[in-house]
Amino acid sequence: MKVLMFGWEFPPYISGGLGTACFGLTRHMTEQGTNILFVLPHIKGEKAENSFLDMIAANKVDSSKSRIRKIAPGSKLKYFLVDSPLRPYMVDKTYQAKLEAINKINDRISEVTHRKTTANSVLDLSNTYGQDLITEVARYAYTGGYLGTKETFDIIHAHDWMTFPAGIEAKKASGKQLVIHVHATEFDRSGENVNRQIYDIERYGMDMADRIIAVSHRTKSIIVERYDQAPEKVVVIHNAVMKEAKLAHARMRKGFTEKIVLFLGRITTQKGPDYFVEAANLVLQSMQNVRFVMAGTGDMLPKMIERVAELRMQGHFHFTGFLKGAELESIFSMSDLYVMPSVSEPFGITPFEAMLHGVPVIISRQSGIAEVLTHVLTTDFWDIEKLASSIISVLSHPELAETLAEAGHNELQKISWHHAAREVNNLYKEMLG
Amino acid sequence: MVAVCLNFQIHQPYRLRTDYNFFCIGRDHNYEDSKTNRDITRKVADRCYIPTNRMMLDLIRKHKGRFRISYSISGVCLEQLEKYAPEVIDSFKELVNTGCVEMLNETYYHSLAFNFSRQEFHDQVLAHQDKILRLFGVRPSTFRNTELIYSNDVALEAEKMGFTAILAEGANQILGWHSPNYMYQPDPCSSIGLLLRNYRLSDDIAFRFSDRNWEEWPLSSGKYAGWIHKIAGSGEVVNLFMDYETFGEHQDKDTGILDFFHKLPSEILRHPDFKFQTPLEVVSSLKPAAKLDVPYFISWADVERDLTAWTGNSLQDSAIQMAYSLEAAVKKSNDTNLIHAWRKLLTSDHFYYMCTKWFSDGDVHKYFNPYTSPYDAYVVYINVINDIKETLKQYEVLN
Repeated sequence: MKVLMFGWEFPPYISGGLGTACFGLTRHMTEQGTNILFVLPHIKGEKAENSFLDMIAANKVDSSKSRIRKIAPGSKLKYFLVDSPLRPYMVDKTYQAKLEAINKINDRISEVTHRKTTANSVLDLSNTYGQDLITEVARYAYTGGYLGTKETFDIIHAHDWMTFPAGIEAKKASGKQLVIHVHATEFDRSGENVNRQIYDIERYGMDMADRIIAVSHRTKSIIVERYDQAPEKVVVIHNAVMKEAKLAHARMRKGFTEKIVLFLGRITTQKGPDYFVEAANLVLQSMQNVRFVMAGTGDMLPKMIERVAELRMQGHFHFTGFLKGAELESIFSMSDLYVMPSVSEPFGITPFEAMLHGVPVIISRQSGIAEVLTHVLTTDFWDIEKLASSIISVLSHPELAETLAEAGHNELQKISWHHAAREVNNLYKEMLG
Repeated sequence: MVAVCLNFQIHQPYRLRTDYNFFCIGRDHNYEDSKTNRDITRKVADRCYIPTNRMMLDLIRKHKGRFRISYSISGVCLEQLEKYAPEVIDSFKELVNTGCVEMLNETYYHSLAFNFSRQEFHDQVLAHQDKILRLFGVRPSTFRNTELIYSNDVALEAEKMGFTAILAEGANQILGWHSPNYMYQPDPCSSIGLLLRNYRLSDDIAFRFSDRNWEEWPLSSGKYAGWIHKIAGSGEVVNLFMDYETFGEHQDKDTGILDFFHKLPSEILRHPDFKFQTPLEVVSSLKPAAKLDVPYFISWADVERDLTAWTGNSLQDSAIQMAYSLEAAVKKSNDTNLIHAWRKLLTSDHFYYMCTKWFSDGDVHKYFNPYTSPYDAYVVYINVINDIKETLKQYEVLN
C-alpha cells in the first residue's frame, strides 16, 4: 500500500497539534507496512531532521532539479518539501497583518541606530513571506497535479484545508481515491466569522473526497451539519499520544515556590486565552501562592498582556512567547496544573503532553479530546467561576492533583497512535476493496 | 540685555537584556545587557560627547568667559561613562574647571520618583548631588527634574531642598499668553526662580536642523542668531534646553550640526544686547516677571507635554505600581547592590519603552526603543521585577 499524503507541518516545523498528529500517525502507519510519500510546504533555510523518514526535498516542485534523497534506506515514509511560506492556522487576514507588522518592524529596525541586534519578541513575527495565502494554496495544489502524474500510489490523503486543493488535483490526475482528514474546520478557527473562501475550499474538498476522517465526534457533527456531508461518509479517528522518551532534555528548575498554572497554545480566540486570564484573576482573589503562565503566541497576545496589566496581575502572571525544546519540556515539568479553556477545539493534543509530564489537566467541554479522557476536570469554556474554583481545588488539594496526574498518566497508556494508525489503514483497505 | 541660557541633558539608561525570560525569575539576577550598554556608551561618546565637549571647551576659551553653558547628566549615565568612557568624565571636569559651566542637579536614576515616592525622590536627588560634588567638586543650585517633569509641587519641593533655580518646559498649556522668555516665580514659592524652555527655538536645533523638508533648511548660524535677536525688547532670557546627543548622535555630524553650533556664539554675541548665562546666573540677575501657577504635571515629552510618555497605559501603570510597591522591602534589605539594582529599574526609559502611543510621537519612541514592541518591553521588565521580588523573599523582608 502506498499513500500520497499532503500536510502543512511536520516536526521540526511544528507550530501546533497538526504536525504532532501527522508525525504520530504516519510513524505508526509506516510501522504497520504502509508506504507514505509526505508532501509538505517548506521555507528555504529551515532544516529537516527526522531519522525515521525517507526524505524527498524539492526546492521547487516544477523545477527539473527536484531531487530525491534517501536518508534512512528501507524507510517507508518519504518526505517531499515544497518551497512555500504556507503555515498552519494562518488566514489571509492574519497573514496580511503579519506582513504589515513585519514591514513596520523592519522600518523600525533600520531607524534604531542605537542598537544592532536581533530583537527577541514574545510576539514572534518572523518567518513570513509576501503574496497572499490563497495564491500560495493554489501554488501548492499544483504540486498535487504534478505528483499525481509522476508518482505511483494507491490512495491520496490530505490534512486540512490548505492541502485539499492539492489532494483534489492529485485525484484528478491519477484517478485514485481521496481521503481528507479534518483536524479543524473554519468554524473552529473563526467562530461564526468564517472566511468564505476557506469555507468553500473545505466544502469542495469534502464534496470531492471519497471518505472523510474527523478527529472527534464534535468535528464530525460540524462536518455533517455545517458542510452538509452524509454521516456515513465520515469516520471518527481520535488523535493519540506519543509516549516516546521526550523527557530527555535538560530541564530547568523553577526559581520560586509558587505553584504554576499553565496555558500553552496559540493565543487566539479559538483557544480561549481570555477565559484563562479572567479565571486567574478570580483565583488570585482567594489564593496568592500561584503564578499563571501563558506560553505561546498569537494575535490575541497584546490584548492579553494589556488585560493582565490592567488587572494588576503582574506579580502572578507571566508570558513566555513561543516555547520549544528544553524550555517547552521545562514549562511542563515545572507546572502544577494545565488548563485548556478552548472555545472550540476539534481535538486539542496538548493536554496529552501535560499528562505525560504528570501534570493534572482541566479542559473545556468544547474540546474533542474530552471524548477520550475520563481522568480530567472539565468545564464550559465560558464558566470562568467554575474554572477558577476547579483551579483552586487542584492547587489546594494535593491528593486530588495526585489522583488526576496518576490516573491520567495510566489512561494515556491506552491511547496510542498505533491504534489510530490501524484504523486509518483499515479505512484504506475497506476503500480499496 | 537678553540672556541666552543653554542647558544640555545627558542621559543613558541601563538597558535590560531582551532575553530575560520567565525561566530566569528567581534564578538569574543578571538583568542588564552590558554589551549593548557598553557599545552605546562608547558609540555616543565617540560620536557626540568627545567631539562636542572639545568644541565647547574651544568656544569657552575663544570667548574668554562670555560663552557659558550648563549640563544635566544623570547619575546612571555618569556611572556608565566612568566605566566605559572615562575620558569623557575627564573632559567634563575640564569644562567645569573653566568656571563657565554650571552642573545641574536631577534624580540620580533619571526616575519618575517625584510622582510615586517623595522619600525616594529625596534620596535620588541627594545621591546625584553627592555624585556631582565628588566628580566635579561643585554643589548644584539648579534643579532639573527628569524629562522636565514639573508642577507647583515640584518647585515647592526643590525650594525646600535649597535650590535657587528650576527648569521646566515652556508648554503652551501653562503659559497661555505668557512668553517663555522671562524668568517666573512658581506660584507657591517665595525664592526659587523658574526658567521655561523655548521649545520652538530649542527644537529648531534639536529636531528640525537636519530635516530637509523643513522650509528653513538648511539652517545657518547667522539665520538662527537672527531669530534669537528678534527677542530683544520682548524678553529677558531665551532658554535653549536640549539633549546633548543632538550634536553628532541624533543629528549626524555630516548634517553640519557641529559647524553650525561652533559659529553660533559669535553670531549671537555680534548683537551688543545679548549675552550667555547659566541658569543660576539668569535667576540671580533677573527679577521674576510674574507668578506662574502650574497645578498639574507637565514635561517636555511628545506633543502632549504631559506624563503620557511614561504613565497612563495599563502596561506602564502596572509596571510602575509593582516597582514602587517593593520600595520599603528593598530598603529594609540593606543590600546596597540590590537597592542599586532596584533603583536602576526606576529609570523612566523602561516605562517609555512600554508606551503605546504610536501616532505623532511614535517615531521618537521607536528611535529610543531597544524592544520590538511595548509588549516585549513590559514582559521583560515584569520578569526582572519579579526576580527582585523573589530575592526580597529570600531576605525575608517580603512575604
